[in-house]
Formats: sequence, structure tokens, C-alpha cells
Amino acid sequence: MNWQALSVFIVLFAFVTVLGFYAARWRRGDLNSIDEWGLGGRRFGTVVTWFLLGGDLYTAYTFIAVPALVFGRGAIGFFAVPYTLLVFPFVFIVFPRLWSVARRHGYVTAADFVRGRFDSRLLGLLIAITGILATLPYIALQLVGIQVVIAAMGFDGTGLVGDLPLIIAFLILAAYTYTSGLRAPAMIAIVKDLLIYLTVIVAVIVIPMHLGGYGAIFDAIPTDKLLLAPPGGDSFGAYTAYATLAFGSALALFLYPHSVTGLLSASSRKAIKRNMALLPAYSLVLALIALLGYMAFASGVQHMPEYAPYFDRYGPNFAVPALFLHELPDWFAGLGFAAIAIGALVPAAIMSIAAANLFTRNIYREYLRPDCSDRHEAGTAKFVSLLVKVGALAFIVFLPSEYAIQLQLLGGIWIIQTLPAIVLGLYTRWLHRWALVGGWLAGMVAGTGMAAAQHFSSSIYPLEVGGFTVAGYAALYSLAMNLAVSVVLTFAFRFVGAHHGADATASEDYDEDIPRLA
Amino acid sequence: MAERRVATKAAWYLGLLIIFAGAMWVPFYNRLEPRLFGVPFFYWFQFSWIIVTAIATALAYKARL
Repeated sequence: MNWQALSVFIVLFAFVTVLGFYAARWRRGDLNSIDEWGLGGRRFGTVVTWFLLGGDLYTAYTFIAVPALVFGRGAIGFFAVPYTLLVFPFVFIVFPRLWSVARRHGYVTAADFVRGRFDSRLLGLLIAITGILATLPYIALQLVGIQVVIAAMGFDGTGLVGDLPLIIAFLILAAYTYTSGLRAPAMIAIVKDLLIYLTVIVAVIVIPMHLGGYGAIFDAIPTDKLLLAPPGGDSFGAYTAYATLAFGSALALFLYPHSVTGLLSASSRKAIKRNMALLPAYSLVLALIALLGYMAFASGVQHMPEYAPYFDRYGPNFAVPALFLHELPDWFAGLGFAAIAIGALVPAAIMSIAAANLFTRNIYREYLRPDCSDRHEAGTAKFVSLLVKVGALAFIVFLPSEYAIQLQLLGGIWIIQTLPAIVLGLYTRWLHRWALVGGWLAGMVAGTGMAAAQHFSSSIYPLEVGGFTVAGYAALYSLAMNLAVSVVLTFAFRFVGAHHGADATASEDYDEDIPRLA
Repeated sequence: MAERRVATKAAWYLGLLIIFAGAMWVPFYNRLEPRLFGVPFFYWFQFSWIIVTAIATALAYKARL
């Protein structure tokens, strides 16, 4: 047991627990309404939104998995950099429209918007189900992040006892999410982000000093890992995989329910736009974190016998914890581990709130209890957020963590299928509602099929075009399929004169800075 | 006036498009040389592109796009 690391870890963890419960009193509102519980009353300004979105999008799993990929496979893992770089200009242009229309009509979820825009309960339901399906494994993955750092501190018991620290951590999280709603992760995100910045800045200064500078670190990496495989006779090498992964992930990110929740909780359009110029600060940190993978490789932790059992168990995911243990003083490693674990709590809380909002608004209230009161609605959302977390916990405790990783990979492919309805829907109603349903179905089947063909181990699909292999992100390929089907079916439905439904929104709803409340 | 605004907007979108293209044009940056402080081009180019993107987005915000 690493007592120094553990003590620092426990103190920081206890601190954020107190914050989580205290958050219920912050900017006090009636937590028995879903707008207050699930969106923090839509009152977060630029600064809080910056911490909240940063804490939301850069998850613990990112901090473990991105350097793990760089550590294990080299340059391809760096796709996370162009990915986060593409996200912000895209969101800057598109998503303030979602904020405005949601504010005007009181939409809490993207599915609310789609239902109103296209006058289709079915389409709203499909968007909600896709969101929930994509979110659940993502929550489970956060637990994998916590699991790895807990093991790194010397808890290597197996079975239920070994998982006890994880179970306790998650139950505490479930309790304060229940009482405080989105205010809890918003407040904790501030601590989390400060800890992450501190850890990363210290790590990228201190560790290279031990290893002889950045030049020496890169010199220690085999050349074929440093660069992407170039195009050969009958393929584009890793080029198309790299570019499509970055582009597809960027398109998908803000379709995830937890991103939408973070976005809609902002107090103004301006706060969102300003954030898109400020959030790249996290991209810089992410790029540095990716480099930790090379630092781990250069420090040779993979050959050290004391870490061998962990690498056996967690694979390359243990690269960063091993690096911290080996290169940093124990107490600082504890601080880094706390940063990662708290970095898991924030997104896990927001994801569970987002999934609960979707279930409550678009399944429960829409189909099961249309007459339910606002108070009852908020109560249901709180209960569902508990259920979601317990489910994720059971998943991780009882099933191998590869399942969560594979499902999350599928989640990215699934969530992008909501793009035509949500993103294009923000601009036009040209696509017919039933055509969107057809496109969604085609995209889901095609995308899942492509992932299945890779035995769910990779989301890169080697598309064969006339004997030439174009390896690309399956999400993007299946999205193309989705769009093609949507367009063709739209012509078909228009031709037979199928009814369009009524638009609940007006064109001026999308551009207003401080819209009137409906 | 309105036409001018549309033109400005189009110019900004074009700028953001160039940013996108820079990030996606892998053949351009998939190389080791020139290195910067021992860091291969592939890495330092993408690092600096983050900063370029942040500045461009900030300018777009300032221009009330």
C-alpha cells in the first residue's frame, strides 16, 4: 500500500465530497424542477461553463486511454489533438442555435428539440434511446479510470473486496448527484480542472528533466511509431484513419447527451461562443497528456518487474499511473491519481444526469405518464440517475472491462447517427421526419455491422474501393450511409406527398441572444 | 450594410475552413523534420495548430460572428 499517495488521495476526495453536497445551496433554486436539478437553472456564466464543459469533455478515461494509445501504438493516438481542435470551431458555428431554440421553448434535451422541430414522437424517442445507449458504457468507462488509479495505490485485492473502494466512491457520487443535480459536478469540475492542470504542468516539466529533455524522449521512440504509416501501393496507410477519426469524433462529441446538458446550462449564447475560443486551453493540456505516453515508454516502466502484474491486468492503460509512480514523489503521484479519479466523477455525474433527463423527458413523460407534474418529473429524473450509476457499477464489477470499452466504441458510432436530425435540423426541415428515421436505422445497422466485422476491437473499417483500401472511422462511413438514405427517402416521401408535420419552432428562435421564455 | 455583414461572415467561415483543412491534411505534417527543440514536426505542428485555432475562434468571437 502506498500510504503517502493514498492519504493525499483521500483528503482530496473527501474535500470534493463535501463540495458535492454543499453545491445544493449554490445559486439556490428549486431542485424539484428538472430545469434546476438537470440544467442548474440554465444560469452558468462563461467561467463556470468553461470548467463544466472542460470537466465534462475531458474525462478520466481520456487521461488514461489517450496516453495509453500513444504508449502502445504511437502517432495514431495523437488523433485526439486534431479531434479536439476541430470541435470548437464546429460548435462555435452550429450549437449556439441549439442553445437559443432550447431556451425559447424550454427544451432540456436534444430529443426535445427534434420532437418539436419535426413533429415526430418516434424520432424524438429514437434520439433519446441512442443518447442513452451511447452514454451508459461511457459512464462505465469512467469507472475503469478510477479502477486503474486505485490499483496503482496498492489496492490489489480481487473480487468484491478489491472493488470496494470503487463501490464506495461511486455511491458517494450517486448520493450527491441525487441531492444537488448538475450543480454538484459544476462545482467539483473547478477543483478537478485545477488539479489536472497542476498535475500535467508539473509532470511535463519534471519528468522530461529526469529523462534528459524532450529530444531524448522522442529519440527513445522507434521511428515507425513516431509517424503514421504512409500510403502504400493499394491503401492510404494510416492517413485516412487518422483524419477520419479526428473529424468523426469531432462531429460526434457535441451530440452526446452530456455535452448537450453542459451546453444548455449556460446562461447565454455569448457564454457558449466565448467558451469555444477559451476551451482550446484544454486541447493543449490534452496534447501534453498524450505525450505522457511517450514519456512512459522512454522511462521504460513497461520493463520494470514491479509494474509487470499491473500491465498484465490493465494493459497500456497502466502506462500513466506507472509513470507517475516511477518518476514523481509519492505524495504528488497521489495528487495526480486524485485528479484522475475526480476527473471520472464529474463526467460520470453529468452523463448520468443527461441520461436521466432523456429518459424522463422523452420516454417517461412522453409515453408512460404524460400527465405527470413537474415535481414528479424531477423526482423521476433523480431516481433514474441513481439507477444509471448503479447499473454502470454492476457492469464494471461483474463483467470484463473490455465489454465497456467495446460498447463505448460502438457508442461513438451510434451517437453520430443523430447528426442529421439534430445538426441539420438546426438549419432546415427539408429532410422528411420518416426519412430521418430510415436514415437513422440504416446508419445504426451499417455502423454496428462494420464494428462487428472488426470483432468490436476497432472502429476503423477498411473500406475496399476497387481493390484499393481506404481505412476510415466506421462512424463517418455509417453517417454517410445515413445521410444518403435520408435524402433518397425524403424525395420518395415528398413524391408520395407524405405529411410533414408542424414545426413547433420559428426561424427567429435560433438566433436570439436572450430569448423570451415561451 | 446587411450585404457587408454577410460578406464578413463568409470570410470568417472561410478562415475557419482553412483551419479545418490544416488539421486534416495529414500528408503535410506526417514528417519528422524540421524538428523543434528535438520534437518532430508531426508533434510541434499540431501543437501550434491548436494555438492558431484558438486565436482564429477568438477573433471570430470578437467579430461577433
